Amino acid sequence: MPLEVFLVQCLNAVQYGLLLFLLASGLTLIFGIMGVINLAHGSFYMLGAYMAFVLAPHFGQNFLVMLLAGVLIAAAFGFVLEWAFFSYLYQREHLQQVLMTWALILVFEELRSLSVGNDVHGVKVPDWLAGSVPLGTLMTYPVYRLFASAACIAVAIGLYVVVNRTRLGMMIRAGASNRDMARGLGVDIRRLYRIVFAGGVALAALAGMIAAPLSSVYPNMGSGVLIICFVVVVIGGIGSITGALLASLLVGFVDTFGKVLPVFSQYAGVGVYLLMAVILILRPEGLLARRGT
Amino acid sequence: MANAKTAWLVPVAGAVALGLLPLVVTTYGQDLVMRIMVFAVFALSLELLVGTTGLVSLGHAAFFGIGAYITVLLSPASEAGSVWLLLPLAMLAAAAYALVVGALSLRTKGIYFIMVTLAFGQMAYFVFHDTPVGRGTDGIFLNLRPVLELGSAALDLGDRMHRYYLTLAALAATYALLALVLRSRFGRALAGIKVNEQRMRAAGFPTYPYKLAAFVLAGALAGLAGFLLAAKDAAANPELLSWHESGVVLLMIILGGLGHLRGAVIGAAAFTLLRELYGTYSIVGPLADHWQLTLGFTVIAFVALLPQGLIGLPARLRTARG
Repeated sequence: MPLEVFLVQCLNAVQYGLLLFLLASGLTLIFGIMGVINLAHGSFYMLGAYMAFVLAPHFGQNFLVMLLAGVLIAAAFGFVLEWAFFSYLYQREHLQQVLMTWALILVFEELRSLSVGNDVHGVKVPDWLAGSVPLGTLMTYPVYRLFASAACIAVAIGLYVVVNRTRLGMMIRAGASNRDMARGLGVDIRRLYRIVFAGGVALAALAGMIAAPLSSVYPNMGSGVLIICFVVVVIGGIGSITGALLASLLVGFVDTFGKVLPVFSQYAGVGVYLLMAVILILRPEGLLARRGT
Repeated sequence: MANAKTAWLVPVAGAVALGLLPLVVTTYGQDLVMRIMVFAVFALSLELLVGTTGLVSLGHAAFFGIGAYITVLLSPASEAGSVWLLLPLAMLAAAAYALVVGALSLRTKGIYFIMVTLAFGQMAYFVFHDTPVGRGTDGIFLNLRPVLELGSAALDLGDRMHRYYLTLAALAATYALLALVLRSRFGRALAGIKVNEQRMRAAGFPTYPYKLAAFVLAGALAGLAGFLLAAKDAAANPELLSWHESGVVLLMIILGGLGHLRGAVIGAAAFTLLRELYGTYSIVGPLADHWQLTLGFTVIAFVALLPQGLIGLPARLRTARG
C-alpha cells in the first residue's frame, strides 16, 4: 500500500472513530450511570442528521451556528424525553427497558417518516469547508473530513474537562462508579440523570449533524450505527469514557482497514465483531472496566 | 392459576385447536398460523436460554438462519430432498455452531454475554451475506420442498396441508420436549443457575457444562425452526441471521412473559398477529402505512401495564376487578 493511501486511510479511520466516540460516550454514560440499555440511542443520531438537513438551508454558511442550535434543540428534546419517558424505566428490569426503547425506535422512525418523508437526502458541505488539501503529490483530502475530526476532538476535550474538572463531572464520575453511594452522599440523582441523558442525546445528535454531509441522510440510519456503538461501549468497558475513546479509535481502524486490505476486504463486516469477541474472551469486562459496581 | 394435575390440558387443547384450524380458515390464515408456529418453535428455543437459565442471547438468529440455509443448500436442485436427511443436518449444523459460540461466550456474563453472542451472530450473518456460500443479499431459493417418506406413504411439504401439520407436530414436539426438560434434574439445575449461580457451584454443580448443554440444545431447536421456515418459504436469506431477527424473537418472549413455555408461544402469536393487523389496510385503514407507530405504542403500553408479560394478563384483570 503506497504511503499516501495509507495516510488517507489513517485519517479516515480516525475521523470515523471520533464520530463513533461522540455517540458512544453518551451511550456509555447513560448505560453506566443510569443502568438503562437504551436502544433508541441510534435514533438520536438520525435526529441529528435530519436536523442538519432541515436546518442547513436556513443557516447558509453559518455551519457552526447551526451545529450549536442543533445541539441545544437536541439537549432540550433529551431533557423532555427523560422527564416524560425514561425516568419511568429506571425501576424496570433490563429486558423490559430493551423492549420499551425498541418500541421507541419504531415510534421515532414513523414520526420521521410523517414529518420529513422516506426519501434519501444529501446535505451540502458549506463553501468554506468544501475544498480539499493536497496530500503528497498524488492524493488530496477533503477539508470537511478534517473539520469533522477537529470538531470531534474539540468536543472530546470539552467532555474531558467537564468530566474531570468540574463539580458536575465529579458527580457524574461518582454516579458511574457507584450509583447508590453517590445518592447516599447527597447527590441529586434525578437531576444528574436528566442532565446526563440530555447531554447524551445532544452528543449523538451532534454526531449525526457532523456525519450528515459525509454520508447521506436516510431512513433507519440509526439502527446500523446503534450496534457498532454498543460494541464500542462494551469493548471500552461500560461507564468508562476513556475506554470508549480507545475502543472507538480501535473500531475505526479495524473497520476502515478491513475494507481496503486485499484478501480480507470480502469479510470486512466481520472484522469489528471478531475484534470484540477476541477482546471480551481475553478481558471479559472490556478494556477499561470500572472498579466496583 | 391452573393446578399441576390439569396444567397439561391447556397446551394439549391448544394443539388440538391448531390441528382443527385449517378446516375453518383460508389459505392466507393457514400461512399466517404456520408462520406463528415456526416463530413459536424459535421463541421456545430462546426461552430455554433466557427464561429458564437466565442467559440473554442476542445472537440466536444465527442458529435459526443456519438451519434454514443448510436446508436450502443441501436440497438437490432437480428433485425433492428428504426430511429424514435435511432436518437432522439442519439441527446438527446449528448445534455445532452453538457448541463453538457457547463454549467461548459462556466465559462472560450479563451484558458482556449479550454482546459476545451478538458478535458471533453477526459473524455468521456476514459469512452468508458477503461470501459466495450464501449467494449474497438476495439469498437462495428452494426449487422443490423436501419430502418425508413414511414407509409407503409420503408427506410432501410441497402441499400446504402436509406442511401445516409437520410444522404443528414440530411445535408440539418442541413444547413437550422442553416441558420434560424443565421437569428433569437438568432443568432444575438450569433454574437454579438462573436464581443463583454461585450457590449452585457451591452445591457441587459444575455450572459451565450445564449452561453449555442448554446453549447447544437451544441452538439445535432454533435450527429446527430454521428448517421449518425454509420449508415454508422455500427460501433462505441473510436477514434471517441478522441481529434484528435475534431482537425480534427476544421481544416475543419478553412480550409473552418470561419463565413460562406458554409465554413464548403467546408472545410469538401476539407479535406476529399485531404486526399483521397493523399492516393490513382493510382493517386499520390508512393507519396501515404507519404500522410502526401503532406497534410501537402498543408494545410500550403492554410493557408499562403488564410487567409480567401477556401471561400476567388474567391475574392483572382479577386484581383490577377486586
